[in-house]
Amino acid sequence: MEPSLATYLALSGILFTIGAVGVVFKRNAIGMFMCIELMLNAVNLTFVAFSRYYGDVTGQLFVFMVMSVAAAEAAVGLGIIIAFFRNRVSVDVDDASVLKN
Amino acid sequence: MELLKQFFPLIVSAVGIVVVFGIVMGVVAYTVLAERKLLGWIQGRIGPNRVGPWGIMQPFADLLKFILKEDLIPDKSTKFIYFLAPVVAVTCAMMPMIVYPFGPTITSIDWGFLPFGIGQGLHALPLVVARLDIGLLYVLGITSVGVYGIALAGWSSNNKYSLMGGLRSSAQLVSYELAMGASVLGVVMLAGTLDLSEIVSQQTRSPFKWYIIPQFIGFIVFLIAAFAETNRVPFDLPEAETELVAGFHTEYSALKFALFFMAEYINMFTVSVMCTTLFLGGWYVPGLSYIFAVGSIPYAIFSFLGFMAKLCGFLFLYIWVRGTLPRFRFDQLMNFGWKFLLPLALINVILTVIIVYLVN
Amino acid sequence: MATTALFFIFAGIAIGCALSLVYNRNPLYSAVSLIGVFVALSCIYITLAAPFIAAVQILIYAGAIMVLVIFVIMLLNLDDDKPYRRLGYLYALGGFLGIVLLAQTFFVFWAVTKTTKPAVAGAFKAEETVGRTMSIGTNMYTEYLLPVEIVGVLLLMAIIGGVILVRRLSQPELELVVDNELARRNEAEEADDYRIEL
Repeated sequence: MEPSLATYLALSGILFTIGAVGVVFKRNAIGMFMCIELMLNAVNLTFVAFSRYYGDVTGQLFVFMVMSVAAAEAAVGLGIIIAFFRNRVSVDVDDASVLKN
Repeated sequence: MELLKQFFPLIVSAVGIVVVFGIVMGVVAYTVLAERKLLGWIQGRIGPNRVGPWGIMQPFADLLKFILKEDLIPDKSTKFIYFLAPVVAVTCAMMPMIVYPFGPTITSIDWGFLPFGIGQGLHALPLVVARLDIGLLYVLGITSVGVYGIALAGWSSNNKYSLMGGLRSSAQLVSYELAMGASVLGVVMLAGTLDLSEIVSQQTRSPFKWYIIPQFIGFIVFLIAAFAETNRVPFDLPEAETELVAGFHTEYSALKFALFFMAEYINMFTVSVMCTTLFLGGWYVPGLSYIFAVGSIPYAIFSFLGFMAKLCGFLFLYIWVRGTLPRFRFDQLMNFGWKFLLPLALINVILTVIIVYLVN
Repeated sequence: MATTALFFIFAGIAIGCALSLVYNRNPLYSAVSLIGVFVALSCIYITLAAPFIAAVQILIYAGAIMVLVIFVIMLLNLDDDKPYRRLGYLYALGGFLGIVLLAQTFFVFWAVTKTTKPAVAGAFKAEETVGRTMSIGTNMYTEYLLPVEIVGVLLLMAIIGGVILVRRLSQPELELVVDNELARRNEAEEADDYRIEL
């Protein structure tokens, strides 16, 4: 017996919600970044689950693309965080509210 | 009965894992001893020779010492992660074991003698625990997770030397992982598969089919990157004792230190297996199929011994290099990895693409 | 049966680690929890017969992205996240929005599973090759060649962007940044003094 499609989707929904709530709750940029990664992963899970239950490989290719975009996002996002830390000595997003300096 | 029949493959796998674990642990224990002996000879010393004849019981004495020593935990350390780090290191080192192809498939045993008829219809016994379609990716992926063991150990010890060691190691491992991944791409393209057993069986016609010949650049890059991935001399910057005390494991003692130590040697074993499997034909011994029938038990035994011999050759190379070469400086290490090794691996990939395209 | 058991074990681990990711204020603990989520999801992909994606998940997420994140956390030596007491009610609001989002997600998925039937219940048994390396590779370099190329360009842009963002500042630039920061802090202190005087 295998878990049904709905079970996988439920897990994905729970993870996505936790990620979204985390983005709202977290105040340091790295924490928010990690929560976004969690949301991306939840979406990946739905892709793989659908790919399995329709017997179509497209979903898995989408996952591959999402992962590549996440890698690019990590490179640029962490670069921005380091640059911001150099200017402000903090990664708190509330400190990023001024455009001056 | 049906249940037993259903679980029979699981039991076979479990037995296989135990056997492989025993083999790897035995080899690892004696690699440590061999290293100390060989380093002694290289440096004009005798090496350990007190425990048992020629010191052959030394690994067990060491183990006993590690178990009995006092386990110190730094007061200001982050306790949970401090405990987690050696566990992660040793788990990630051990997990690739299941895909090593240790030998050919034995087809000559009839399993009918097993009770309850569970062996009916079984003839083949492959000398590999799990034949994964993604074997190579699996090994690369698991070993890349091993970085956390070192990085977290460095961070959680709350010690500046440990932190420096952890930072150095994560930078080093991530950099050299790229070169390593790029260097095996050539082999993957020639073989057309990621399955390690399949890669070996494609090299079993003659020694001229070994991928070291068309992929010599890839082999060299892989070997150098493997030294860096296992934190061995000349790339042992994470634990450079002249500058960082003992690097990331400065604060570790007793059994936790033993776990890191073990993880390092199992990683050596892993990359040696990968070198052998990808470039030197794995368990294939030239000419053996003329002496014994393919698939018979002696054929499998001698193939396994051939595999171990190739493996031990690489382990010897590791120890030899450790006794010979000085350590890199960190900027030299980074420049070497990014500006020399990675471009070389990419050139190798491009050349292979062109050759494969022209041949087909 | 075994698949179901494995699924629920790893689903539990994934949810637990995800909660710990949000709950922990120490960024490094959060990062370790996130690695736990990735590993659990990778195991779930294996129960979904997608071994290639599972391996790539470990290789890219756990082996590359999170190493970078942990590296940055160690490098910047971040403190714990400070709770924001002044706006405590916002946490309740956030939690409420989370529940709404969860309900919405479940509704969408419920509607999806209701309207479209999976092709055939046993369809994936016949298509055992779907998650294999070969089928992914062939599809990627034939039907989906353009997206792959675009992703390649995107990654190149990310590399260049990353290098430019974190390049070492020249000496005059660095002095300017430090001066600005000092000026900003002085202002802040003066403002505080002013506030205390009031």
